[in-house]
Amino acid sequence: MNINLTLIGQSITFAFFVWFTMKFVWPPIMTALHERKKKIADGLAAGEKGKHELELAQQHAVDVIKEAKNKASEIINLAERRAGEIADEAKVNAKQEADRIVASAQSEIEQETNRAREALRAQMSSLVVSAASKVLSKEIDAAKHAELLEGVAKEL
Amino acid sequence: MASEAQTASGYIKHHLQNWTFGQHPDGHWGFAHDAMEAKAMGFNAIHVDTMFWSVALGLIFIWLFRKAAAKATADTPGGLQNFVEWVVEFIDTSVRGSFTGKNDLVAPMALTIFIWVFLMNFMDLIPVDWLPAVAGQIGHRVFGVDPHHVYFKVVPSTDPNATFGMSLAVFVLMLYYSVKIKGFGGFAGELTLHPFSSKNMVLQAVFIPVNFLLEFVSLLAKPLSLSLRLYGNMYAGEMIFILIAMMYSGGWVTGAFGGLLQLGWAIFHILIITLQAFIFMTLTIVYMDMAHQTSEGH
Repeated sequence: MNINLTLIGQSITFAFFVWFTMKFVWPPIMTALHERKKKIADGLAAGEKGKHELELAQQHAVDVIKEAKNKASEIINLAERRAGEIADEAKVNAKQEADRIVASAQSEIEQETNRAREALRAQMSSLVVSAASKVLSKEIDAAKHAELLEGVAKEL
Repeated sequence: MASEAQTASGYIKHHLQNWTFGQHPDGHWGFAHDAMEAKAMGFNAIHVDTMFWSVALGLIFIWLFRKAAAKATADTPGGLQNFVEWVVEFIDTSVRGSFTGKNDLVAPMALTIFIWVFLMNFMDLIPVDWLPAVAGQIGHRVFGVDPHHVYFKVVPSTDPNATFGMSLAVFVLMLYYSVKIKGFGGFAGELTLHPFSSKNMVLQAVFIPVNFLLEFVSLLAKPLSLSLRLYGNMYAGEMIFILIAMMYSGGWVTGAFGGLLQLGWAIFHILIITLQAFIFMTLTIVYMDMAHQTSEGH
């Protein structure tokens, strides 16, 4: 083991390699490592954010569904109530219509009855006159007793 | 018997000899042909194999990591980027755990140390005779040298020059940042005013040299232990591989046993080389942290 100039040569070589590593090797690798670290951290944060947002969205969806359900049941209730109302209205209308029909029929019947009575009355008076004229023959002057016969006919 | 012992020790020595280029005692520069010549060169020599492998492995490291860094994006990483990021993140965590100061140099230095030392240690797992044999053949065929005189030590971290080179650089940085952060006075105070201190001025004057002796030794021990720990572990591991490799020339039974031993030791060594790289890195971080600490009053 001779100590000689190799010692100086090795020191210089070592210094050169250290200098080279310090200038050209260490900084780019550290930069890449830091950038990757940051990238991963950002990615994780974004993932966390996404998860949080998903949670919020799910919560929101639940709320929306609940609201929709409420609204639907409200609408159904309203519809049911409205249907009942319509049915009642229809019933009332129908009853009114029926009453009206019944009333008009009654008035018609009354008119018909009156008319029939009029006709009957007219026929009756002429029948009575003819019967009486047959019975009385010439004794009764139709023109003289017409006033009297009218009065009788009116009493029918 | 004597000749066999000779070859065995020759084999080991051959393996432990660096390929040396330097100034011969007579003044001219050239390769050393044997261990004696290498020793005679003294300080004016350089281990070509250590330099070659450490630079080659270092270049592989920065090429690979630069390739990943140049294309690094925050999007889904590819295989290489994934691996590099994993290593970088591991180093970054270690640095954050032990280093409390603010210095952009420490983490890249820790990364360089960890990977470079690991790669240098990793050369230990390549069977000990492969690369030296290839180098010997190249030396023989291409340059016409006696292959036995081609020395090729492939594990740079078994060369104390390599480990001291690194720990020396770390030590210089320690001193630099100690003075820079704490000021010269603060650093001097750290070296002289504890562990023993007193309100009494006379007593304090006596304590200062004692403190300085203790602290200075512990300061020097840091780079020394840092490099010797790595060197010692790798050298011992290499030595065991060499000894196991010698069993292959001892017949079928010994050779098969040696194969098993090599496999076991290599598997165990995977742990050691990683651990040593990690320890070198961690201690560097800790030493740099100490240099950055201001007056926390031990």
